[in-house]
Amino acid sequence: MTALSSDLPTPGLRSGTELVPTTDQAQTGKDFSSDQEVRWCPGCGDYAVLKAVQGFLPDLGLRRENIVFVSGIGCSSRFPYYLDTYGMHSIHGRAPSIATGIATAREDLSVWVVTGDGDALSIGGNHLIHALRRNVNMTILLFNNRIYGLTKGQYSPTSEPGKVTKSTPMGSVDHPFNPVSLALGAEASFVARTIDSDRKHLTSVLSAAAAHRGTSLVEIYQNCPIFNDGAFDAIKGQGDYKDGKADAIIPLVHGEQVRFGAPGEDGRGSKVVVRNPRTGSIEVALAADVEESAVLVHDAHDPDPSTAFAISRLTAADYLHQAPIGIFRAVERPTYDDQTRAQVDSARQDAPGEASDRLAALISSGDTWTVV
Amino acid sequence: MSSQVQKQVKQLDRVIIRFAGDSGDGMQLTGDRFTQESAVFGNDLVTLPNFPAEIRAPQGTLPGVSSFQVHFADHDILTAGDAPDVLVAMNPAALKANIGDLPKGATIIVDTHDFSARNLTKAGYDANPLDFLGDAGSELGEFAVHAVDLTGMTVEAVKEFGLSRKDAARAKNMFALGLLSWMYGRPTESTTAFLTKRFAKVPAIRDANLAAFKAGWNFGETTETFAVSYEIKPAPVSPGTYRNISGNLALSYGLVAAGVQSGLPVFLGSYPITPASDILHELSKHKAFGVTTFQAEDEIAGVGSAIGASFAGHLGVTTTSGPGVALKSEAIGLAVMTELPLVVVDVQRGGPSTGLPTKTEQADLLQAMFGRNGEAPVPIVAPQSPGDCFDAAIEAARIAITYRTPVMLLSDGYLANGSEPWRVPETADLPVIDPKFATEANHVLKHELVLEDGTVQAEEKDFWPYLRDEETLARPWAVPGTPGLEHRIGGLEKGEGHGNISYDPGNHDFMVRTRQAKVDRIAESLPPLVVDDPSGRAKVLVLGWGSTYGPIGAGVRRVRRAGYDVAQLHLRHLNPFPKDLGEILRRYDKVLVPEMNLGQLSMLLRAKYLVDAIGYNHVRGLPLKAAELAEAIGNLVADAEGIDVDLSTTSAEEIS
Repeated sequence: MTALSSDLPTPGLRSGTELVPTTDQAQTGKDFSSDQEVRWCPGCGDYAVLKAVQGFLPDLGLRRENIVFVSGIGCSSRFPYYLDTYGMHSIHGRAPSIATGIATAREDLSVWVVTGDGDALSIGGNHLIHALRRNVNMTILLFNNRIYGLTKGQYSPTSEPGKVTKSTPMGSVDHPFNPVSLALGAEASFVARTIDSDRKHLTSVLSAAAAHRGTSLVEIYQNCPIFNDGAFDAIKGQGDYKDGKADAIIPLVHGEQVRFGAPGEDGRGSKVVVRNPRTGSIEVALAADVEESAVLVHDAHDPDPSTAFAISRLTAADYLHQAPIGIFRAVERPTYDDQTRAQVDSARQDAPGEASDRLAALISSGDTWTVV
Repeated sequence: MSSQVQKQVKQLDRVIIRFAGDSGDGMQLTGDRFTQESAVFGNDLVTLPNFPAEIRAPQGTLPGVSSFQVHFADHDILTAGDAPDVLVAMNPAALKANIGDLPKGATIIVDTHDFSARNLTKAGYDANPLDFLGDAGSELGEFAVHAVDLTGMTVEAVKEFGLSRKDAARAKNMFALGLLSWMYGRPTESTTAFLTKRFAKVPAIRDANLAAFKAGWNFGETTETFAVSYEIKPAPVSPGTYRNISGNLALSYGLVAAGVQSGLPVFLGSYPITPASDILHELSKHKAFGVTTFQAEDEIAGVGSAIGASFAGHLGVTTTSGPGVALKSEAIGLAVMTELPLVVVDVQRGGPSTGLPTKTEQADLLQAMFGRNGEAPVPIVAPQSPGDCFDAAIEAARIAITYRTPVMLLSDGYLANGSEPWRVPETADLPVIDPKFATEANHVLKHELVLEDGTVQAEEKDFWPYLRDEETLARPWAVPGTPGLEHRIGGLEKGEGHGNISYDPGNHDFMVRTRQAKVDRIAESLPPLVVDDPSGRAKVLVLGWGSTYGPIGAGVRRVRRAGYDVAQLHLRHLNPFPKDLGEILRRYDKVLVPEMNLGQLSMLLRAKYLVDAIGYNHVRGLPLKAAELAEAIGNLVADAEGIDVDLSTTSAEEIS
């Protein structure tokens, strides 16, 4: 994974944190650690993400009091309690709506949502897709462990078909969501996928997501050692998949060929992603079988999300033996909150004078009569 | 408009007119214009719009009938009236649907144009009732019927503007308005100005409407059909500037005013729902006051965004009706737990479920009171008339901001769409609301210490988000961007003071009681109740809340004019109840509680005060009828005082 680079500035005028006050004082991860004891299960992938976020936040150079973390319900949603910023641990599925209120009300805040596959895709699916289409300036960290953890082990909307859980003793017959496909379908302006255990990649994706102005969705593959241990072993090259990592991860780097698999004679990945000339769809081929020019070059800035969506479909729907990792899409689109504030600001500028005078004029507008 | 025929002018002290037609006939606009004319003229008035939920129900059918009732008088009146003196019916269905509400001798003005066999059948008439006008015992025999071809005359009057026949006929409502305006001597300038502005971009339509309006007036003045016109003098009212206002408009202005008076930007997160949507529409026009409106993807996102905005230091507001409150319940509980200001406006409609979307009811009181999991007390404020929605909205915001709590503002469909003359308040007289944001640490972590070597170790402070104000029990409101006050809140139980998650049994018990005590503490800030008991001898108290104020007042007035004693009290605060309510209830032998539900306030009063509250309950989707209510009050007075009560010395129509 170290080959992955996600240091990808979104084209456009403003960064996601441009209006947030910065500090000259040096910050460390410790400055962002609250005094609360972290209470996830031993070995939970959430620890790694928390460490990565605490380690990454100082890089933003923002004033700590101008950062807000909002979460819903679920294991990952305890996240805000462990960060010494402003935060709200809200109710199940609703974090994007609360964050929308915060981000729309205040341009000077860096707003983050921490959610899980159940919180964001099941009970809160509606709020997620609407936040993405509106493009409210916030970053959504979607911890996907493909299981319900806090309720002790039922299948989730990302669990593979046939999964045997407490609520599906004969195997799940639900068809799962691919969160990246869903986000791209909702016309999200920034969509990425990373892995809890790869701190470098995770950090680089977070950095790009924070820099993006609009709703950034970052799916984080996160292992639940209690109820779904090993779900990402293939991706991580662990357990039964010690040699399989190169074949499992399809690294996405903007401007580079989409190439993976064990290195061939030329030292490059032996598998490539190509477009099928007949159907136009995307598929995996052996590098040896195709022309160099036929290999797909990843363009995260393509205004048309179709290719990004097609790439997202290379994610295995059953056991996760193959998944593209990286930034699928990063395009500039006006944000809901910027435009809303612009309307309010423009109306304010067009209405000079004291608010109390304008209020008096407002309530006595229309047909009036005076009694003496 | 010159007079050609010498006509008689009769004095009246009050009139109730109902305009009725197809839902596409523009009856709401007609009624609204007549109301504005009457308001400008200086009559007191109350209106009752009544329309189907279907935007365009099948034409000519009974379910498609839309009506607008306006009651105007030369004195102070309280209701839109039980029974219309005049019905304007634009088609057979409008006649059929409303005739049952008319008292004997009422005037009916009928547009004969649509009385075709097909329309008569659609309305359920076997024969044309207009064919038997002269016959004794016929359906319309007891009424003064004016059958005129309003549509035909309209089409004739607007011929010169080259409109299609359909478009020409559409101006018939303005013809009817012109006729009624003549009959009651209404000033026409405001309607002329209104039409000129409204149709400025379509001159032919504008001119046709103006011409139809004038033609209607002239028809009244010249035709032999109408021998009499009427004069209703202006009502004496206290000095000031007045305007006509509906409840939803007044409520919107109240929210804007709450923003100005608190210095907080207002953030409305809302999902469209009848009959509350007009508040969203209105507030979206007032961005110049720093008002942000967010049309959310659903009811839950509406309240969620408002909670987020409140956390960020705005005045979060969400507007909805009963079904929306049901969806928002969990989030309102979050606002209870996180103790953030939030105004939840419930414009009640008939329920349960989808119920009667365009009709009024007061059946959400218990939902507002108890409709959440856990012990989740929420203050409740209710306006009593359309104009009163302005003050009630400011009061709801005051409580929300001062006590850091969600507040339910219970309006209803009748208040929302009904209107009345409103004396515009002086902004200098409006209350000032201080948000008192937390700006510094509030808890001593380490006291100042003089060490052995004489050096002084300075005091160290940190911020505790649940350290309360002793007077209000409110917690500090520290908004993001305030350095040093970073903190986390959420739906999990918080430890008193420090606000960290706490599963401690004693702490939970304490916090549950403290949240209740905080809401109870609001009663300390309420003025004493003023009971309307002119003689001081009443044994019966009539206690109400919300939009029943008008019918209750009218019913009480009738009983008093007949010579009996009765006291009246109307509650603005339903939770907590004012401190002196219990003592007042004990003063009276009988307490009657009229409500448009099955006894929800009665239940609360009985539970809290062990008082034998007697319910008077109707859930017909319409305001209570004053005359029927007067009977119920009279019966109770008879019972309480052991006397015979005879209300027949006053007419039901006289007092409303």
